[in-house]
Amino acid sequence: MYVVVIGGGNVGYYLTRELLQAGHEVVMIERDPNRARQISDELGSMVIPADGCEGKYQEEAGMRRADVIAAVTGDDEDNLVACQVAKMHFNVPRAIARINNPKNEELFRKLAIDDTVSATKMILGVIEHEIPVHELLHLTELEGGDVQIVEAYLDENSPVLGQTVREVQLPADTSVAVIIRSGRAIVVKPDTRLTEGDRILVVTSAEREDDLRTLFIGS
Amino acid sequence: MKVVVIGCGRVGATVAAELAARGETVSVVDIRRSAFRRLPATFSGLAITGSGTDADVLQSAGAETADLVMALTEGDNRNVLAAQLAKHTFGVPRVIAKINDPLRADAYRTLGLETICRTVILADALVASVAGGVEATNGMVLAPTAEPMLGAPPAGSLADDQARAAADQMADEG
Repeated sequence: MYVVVIGGGNVGYYLTRELLQAGHEVVMIERDPNRARQISDELGSMVIPADGCEGKYQEEAGMRRADVIAAVTGDDEDNLVACQVAKMHFNVPRAIARINNPKNEELFRKLAIDDTVSATKMILGVIEHEIPVHELLHLTELEGGDVQIVEAYLDENSPVLGQTVREVQLPADTSVAVIIRSGRAIVVKPDTRLTEGDRILVVTSAEREDDLRTLFIGS
Repeated sequence: MKVVVIGCGRVGATVAAELAARGETVSVVDIRRSAFRRLPATFSGLAITGSGTDADVLQSAGAETADLVMALTEGDNRNVLAAQLAKHTFGVPRVIAKINDPLRADAYRTLGLETICRTVILADALVASVAGGVEATNGMVLAPTAEPMLGAPPAGSLADDQARAAADQMADEG
């Protein structure tokens, strides 16, 4: 794949290195000439010292034949503009933007940025996972957040203990994907009975979360 | 009309003050509180400290009910982000972004933004003044209001020092 990386900070540097190691063709655009030279010395001569938001330098970087642009600077506005210029002028099939302010995620998606990566949100997710709160855990999201995969841990207070999967009144657009019991995944059948300590993976939509929490965890 | 001005630099402060003086409901946003010193004491609008690219800040500035948002900070990309936030998240009917890079300004017009480009405005005015003089620029290049000061430079100024040095040198050589 041919990837153009915008921004040579830590994220851009390690991303470029990984991509090169995986055998991809990569060109980076980094604004600071000293940093550009440093990365160029380390990784080979594929760093253009310029403003990655400008069409002229994107052209120089071969954006016309790029499969992916990954804009990973520390500034959301620069990442947005770099991706929009790449889409507008060069029809890049896939634009990925790093987001620092999680609030920008929705806007970027509206503006046809294909994928966003938010370190802030990921760190929050990891911490949420590490801290045992008896809440729904967000495992992943699909379709831009419209479809969620969440995990519910059934403790001794769960209202659904002893019920079969058929008996549980699931909210709309929701299905139980798998139950993890004693470290093993159990295939869900209508007559599978829920017991304390089960971890239930549920596919649902964002707006059903409150209902799910009440159902599996209690209020 | 309800107007939100993002960026209280020279341009933003002037526009905000002028619109408020004309009776529009104006709120002005800047990340630095000190920027609001540029506003006149008579400014009747709202001054909000915060980033104009942050949805919560725009909301507290009244973006949801604004008729017009102007993004006038010193960063082209910041203006682009703020303008699109206003347009797509808050549904503001009219949005103007200051984009000083002419190519980028042109590109964003195709994405539905009104743009104003300082580079183009200044360059056009200056080019027009070359052929047609000050009169040809429609008030954008201004004629001087006084005759240039002639005669000896003020004592102690750099020009004065240089003139003395030159005179001394001529005296030495003569």
